[in-house]
Amino acid sequence: MAGATSLTISAKPASGGRYQSNPATREAPWVRWTLLTLGLAFFALFLIMPLLAVFTEALRKGFQVYFDALVEPDALASIQLTLLAALVSVPLNLVFGVCAAWAIAKHDFRGKQLLITLIDLPFSVSPVVAGLIYVLLFGAQGWFGPWLQEHDWKIIFAVPGIVLATVFVTFPFVARELIPLMQAQGRDEEEAATVLGASGWQTFWYVTLPNVKWGLLYGVILCNARAMGEFGAVSVVSGHIRGQTNTLPLHVEILYNEYQFAAAFAVASLLAILALVTLVLKQFVEWRAHAAVKEAP
Amino acid sequence: MNTAVLSPAPLAAVRRPKRLRVLPGFGPTMGFTLFYLSLLVLIPISAVFIKSTGHGFGAFWAAATAPRVVASYQLSFGASLLAASINLLFGLILAWCIVRYEFPGKKLVDALIDLPFALPTAVAGIALTALYAGNGWLGKLLEPIGIKVAFKPLGILVALIFIGLPFIVRTVQPVLEDMETELEEAAASLGAHRWQTFRLVVLPTLLPALLTGFALAFARAVGEYGSVIFIAGNLPMVSEITPLMIISKLEQYDYVGATAIATVMLVFSFVLLLAINGLQAWSSKRNGQDGKR
Repeated sequence: MAGATSLTISAKPASGGRYQSNPATREAPWVRWTLLTLGLAFFALFLIMPLLAVFTEALRKGFQVYFDALVEPDALASIQLTLLAALVSVPLNLVFGVCAAWAIAKHDFRGKQLLITLIDLPFSVSPVVAGLIYVLLFGAQGWFGPWLQEHDWKIIFAVPGIVLATVFVTFPFVARELIPLMQAQGRDEEEAATVLGASGWQTFWYVTLPNVKWGLLYGVILCNARAMGEFGAVSVVSGHIRGQTNTLPLHVEILYNEYQFAAAFAVASLLAILALVTLVLKQFVEWRAHAAVKEAP
Repeated sequence: MNTAVLSPAPLAAVRRPKRLRVLPGFGPTMGFTLFYLSLLVLIPISAVFIKSTGHGFGAFWAAATAPRVVASYQLSFGASLLAASINLLFGLILAWCIVRYEFPGKKLVDALIDLPFALPTAVAGIALTALYAGNGWLGKLLEPIGIKVAFKPLGILVALIFIGLPFIVRTVQPVLEDMETELEEAAASLGAHRWQTFRLVVLPTLLPALLTGFALAFARAVGEYGSVIFIAGNLPMVSEITPLMIISKLEQYDYVGATAIATVMLVFSFVLLLAINGLQAWSSKRNGQDGKR
């Protein structure tokens, strides 16, 4: 569940000075210092230290071991599989997100709130359960198991299962970003375009899309990060076959369980870099979205 | 939303006709949405419920209430509640610091709060284990004074605090940012102490957001797997979380057991999802009214 991440643009700049120059909204200095110390100590302990630990552990045995761990064939295969899973799931969920947002935000129908809740459902399901549901459907003992075996198709313990599980856990990202955004923007502009003779596709492409592009990008960035980093759901359906059904996070687990700590952390550092790049991109999108709001009359 | 663009001002007495559907594409987009949602989410999830009843209620109940499984519920729920509570306090402090104070590196802190959302859980798991193991940076300090974190239930708590931290900060922060200062000014001018103002004026405004963040962090923590299993130690009856029970049942090809536990977790997720939706509706209503003043 990443329910708390969404592109919210505050009308006011977050400037602490405004509060500190006002006697009514100012705390005594000792209160301020205590809160700052507590907050930042907690932040350093729980966020900064784990992040630093990844990189120091990865480089503990030197650069040579680090690079060897990354270019080893099993590692390369896991990178490929991770990219494949993201390359399938992100576009699928992007198309879904846009369709769902268009239907929900630009039209009226009964049961809209229920539909929004159902779209959010994958966020509140444990990743392990997310993997399990596909095992129950496509596994050897599942509903379609015997039929799949007859046709010699493999979904569970194979690449399709990994892709399916990834699609499931990243399902709501784009939709939940776009729906509130498109609802807030209303329909006037689209209706004007349609009345003036634009086709549905033209209306979407020239009117709606420019208005929601930052929200869309934001959803895609988060969706991609989760797709590449998912562990629990993928772990259930993967079967852990080295070089074949291991994604990057699963490869980290295998190395770690084999006590190859330096290699495990080397591969983990790739994922940590991905996380940092995600945060930078996210910040950039927030900044551009903010600028776009300011420019608008 | 106004429709004035389309309808020339209707007479006050005439009830406005039902809104005309002007925008195209409802059929195909709605169709695809429902198709994709059913295929990937609704049908697979219903498979769990159907499977769980397939072997009779007795088998389901026996699997869902086996002592080892019940111990895992207690651990998962207890640790998740505790982690969400700790995050409630420190998340509020962090959100307060980011919104109300100026300090060097504030932008960086603000951006890195989302790290647990972006960092793959397996990476968080092995990093926390490395930190708190006997020879880790923090384990080295804590073990001599008798506090063992890694491979103990305490380790689970640490991992759950890590993954839940952004939820509280990110739900409270926007409400705090949009909060008008007039209320606090009024309270101060009427002679309230700063603490009284916080407790009686600020805190009630933040309450819906705090509860929403708490519920989100709690729900996430109960289902969490990747960051916990490395640090937990995974001892039966002591440090096995519920998602791990599902995995271990699956590894023994005990599909009935795995499905039964998954059903319990799904029902719990649905209840929490409803609660969160309710809280969010309350929260936006509360804040909407505050904003209109």
